[in-house]
Amino acid sequence: MVTAADVLDASDQARPTIDTIPLTVRVRRFNPEVSEDSWWDEWTVRCDPLERLVEVLHQIKWHHDGTLSFRRSCAHGVCGSDAMLINGRNQLACKVLAQDVAPRVTIEPIRGLSVLKDLIVDMEPFMDGYRSILPYLINDSGEPEKERRQSPEDRHRYDDTTKCILCAACTTSCPVFWGDEGYVGPAAIVNAHRFIFDSRDEAGRERMKILSEKTGVFRCRTTFNCTDACPRGIEVTKAIQEVKRAILFERF
Amino acid sequence: MTTTHTYDALVVGGGGGGLRAAIELSERCRTAVLSKLYPTRSHTGAAQGGVCAALGNVEEDSPEWHAFDTVKGGDYLVDQPAALLMTEEAVEAIYQLERWGLPFNRTPDGRIDQRRFGGHTRNHGEAPVKRACYAADRTGHMILQTLYQQCVKRDVRFFNEFYCLDLLRDDAGVTVGIIAFELATGELHVFRAKAVVFATGGYGRMFRVTSNAHALTGDGPALVWRRGIPLEDMEMFQFHPTGLARLGVLLSEAARGEGGIVLNREGERFMERYAPTIKDLAPRDMVSRAIYQEIKEGRGGGPDGDWVYLDISHLDPTVIEEKLPDITEFARIYLKVEPLEEPVPIQPTAHYAMGGIPTDTDGRVVVGADEDVVPGLYAVGECACVSVHGANRLGTNSLLDLVVFGRRAGDDAASFVHDTDLATPSEHPEQPTLELLDGILGRTTGDNAGEIREELQDNMFDLAFVVRSDESLAKMQQILMSLRERYERVAITDKGARYNTDLMETVELGYLLDCADALVAGALVRTESRGAHFREDHPLRDDANWLKHTLAYRERDGSIRIEYKPVKMGPYVPMERKY
Repeated sequence: MVTAADVLDASDQARPTIDTIPLTVRVRRFNPEVSEDSWWDEWTVRCDPLERLVEVLHQIKWHHDGTLSFRRSCAHGVCGSDAMLINGRNQLACKVLAQDVAPRVTIEPIRGLSVLKDLIVDMEPFMDGYRSILPYLINDSGEPEKERRQSPEDRHRYDDTTKCILCAACTTSCPVFWGDEGYVGPAAIVNAHRFIFDSRDEAGRERMKILSEKTGVFRCRTTFNCTDACPRGIEVTKAIQEVKRAILFERF
Repeated sequence: MTTTHTYDALVVGGGGGGLRAAIELSERCRTAVLSKLYPTRSHTGAAQGGVCAALGNVEEDSPEWHAFDTVKGGDYLVDQPAALLMTEEAVEAIYQLERWGLPFNRTPDGRIDQRRFGGHTRNHGEAPVKRACYAADRTGHMILQTLYQQCVKRDVRFFNEFYCLDLLRDDAGVTVGIIAFELATGELHVFRAKAVVFATGGYGRMFRVTSNAHALTGDGPALVWRRGIPLEDMEMFQFHPTGLARLGVLLSEAARGEGGIVLNREGERFMERYAPTIKDLAPRDMVSRAIYQEIKEGRGGGPDGDWVYLDISHLDPTVIEEKLPDITEFARIYLKVEPLEEPVPIQPTAHYAMGGIPTDTDGRVVVGADEDVVPGLYAVGECACVSVHGANRLGTNSLLDLVVFGRRAGDDAASFVHDTDLATPSEHPEQPTLELLDGILGRTTGDNAGEIREELQDNMFDLAFVVRSDESLAKMQQILMSLRERYERVAITDKGARYNTDLMETVELGYLLDCADALVAGALVRTESRGAHFREDHPLRDDANWLKHTLAYRERDGSIRIEYKPVKMGPYVPMERKY
């Protein structure tokens, strides 16, 4: 009888050596327990060309320098923990492969939020912006016995903005957000859009009032950085424009 | 320095189960949620395909058919009254999510759309049924977002990036609170409360190939285990058949629900041989074993011959775009494969823990064969074992478990705190936690946690995965003993207070080792094959001896004691599991 072990042994023997590639990883470090100023560290590691950058960071953390600190969880682009400035662009480290950036990659924390340690930033101002736009369904017209009806077309109207994972890649790529702490930023507007254009919601006007204030949607200068940065492929700038138009024409 | 906080109820974990419990609790008592991640980053958000309920929106259906499928899918290790309750309450739970704003896909007449899923059938196995309510292939994301939105609406108090490191009980065994570590500062906090709800998720990170997030390290089960509470059916771990090859990233069963098929290297749709009636929509344990068999008989593909393929290239591209967009993108990004044109390499991936902290249907933690209730202690979701999943969970029933039993646990805990006085913790309750952390921080030289973790994951994958034997499990038990010895000597480089993820990952590794100990101990003694637990040296189910739940206890000397408790039966008599 062939056992599990035989199969695995055969498999191990058949395993070809993967051609690894060298990757030099340069990281902007910061830790106020060590120094008031940030500094750069650099490591060169060998990795599978298809290795995710977040796993390259793990390789460094687990085998070279345990003090390197970053957030991560799902490692496949759905939890939004590992947004970083990678070669000058906001991306999720788990959606960038080694071969995309080899032989050299520069990683910094996302901008516009205070750095707490290495690649970890203070998310609270970002979450404050999110909470400010009433990010929940409001409908006081009584609850049906079963589900509320919504046509596939009405459901499709706000589909794009339901994809947001609150990673902050859009908001921290926005030059207006960097310069103006009061601006709610693209992610908050995306989440407002998700409810403003949901046919079941009744508080669109209230959200539009919040977003028409000086910290709101008209701060946007339409630079499209946010759309480029979104790891979920949300057309962020388009969503912002739709909210602007809805406020101007009250068409929603 | 420690800070003390006092609440009526604490929820540990900010995923679907924790948030659902918190919604219930926060309306009735002072509640706080502690989460080691920002809640919206919890792994509920990675669930893809759907959440089942017999709404009957697309085809005739009934909760009782759903219960039958759940019991049969679980290979009769399911507690049948719990399955009947869950499938009955499923219907209202889904409507509730919709009324809270969950953007389900819709039927042409505006109702919640439903699709097929593995093991879900019409009238006790006649044919596949459309029962899974869904939002593209991001149903978990939508559930997590919707529940978090409802928590924001209710102004629920969150302590984000707080790790729970100990459960506090008084001498009588009454729940007193927890100890938590604030990641941002390294401070310890004492949280006093009358009720504690654990909702910490699974522990798939003990395996090399897993769909689980890095955060899924079995924190809740390990913590309560260290405090004398048993763990139930830990050997029952689900290996999902369609993980992206090498990576384990999940490709939803919805791909097969929409018509995708699994092929071997010869291009044969081999599930026709293993499950002639429902073919590729057989339950996950059966498909994973069939894949293993194909690989063993030399019909696997890839450089090591250990892949098979998921083919959706024959589906209408607009269906893929509308209903399976995320998993298509995963294949493109991570394997550079275009699913619209070619089959995607897959292999089984460690996915879901059926076992966990034993509870009743109100989420109350229960100990022993007599099910004595631990006052004030609750568990929900993947960290718990009700048991509604038995030896093999049906697809979509995890999300359902969260909302049904999250609500029930929250409801029961809210009543409990009304009738209970706040108990007093011992003096310096943080002392054991301090010793644990100081032990790790104090060593300047020692073993590397990263190496221990990798050896754990590699060996669990080789020896305790889809196919197990007395030999492989005994070997794994030896390896675990040596890994634990090395863990006791582990040293880390980060000695700081601020965001010391080095320290937290090392604590998490300790949790994983505990969960692996319990899993292997249960698997070694269970000399039968049932659901996800397949022993090649005992390939048949043995109802005469093994129709019972395993309870593993950690003794004070570190050894493991195994007890059993009966399965709660009901209308369904165990029969051979054919599809």
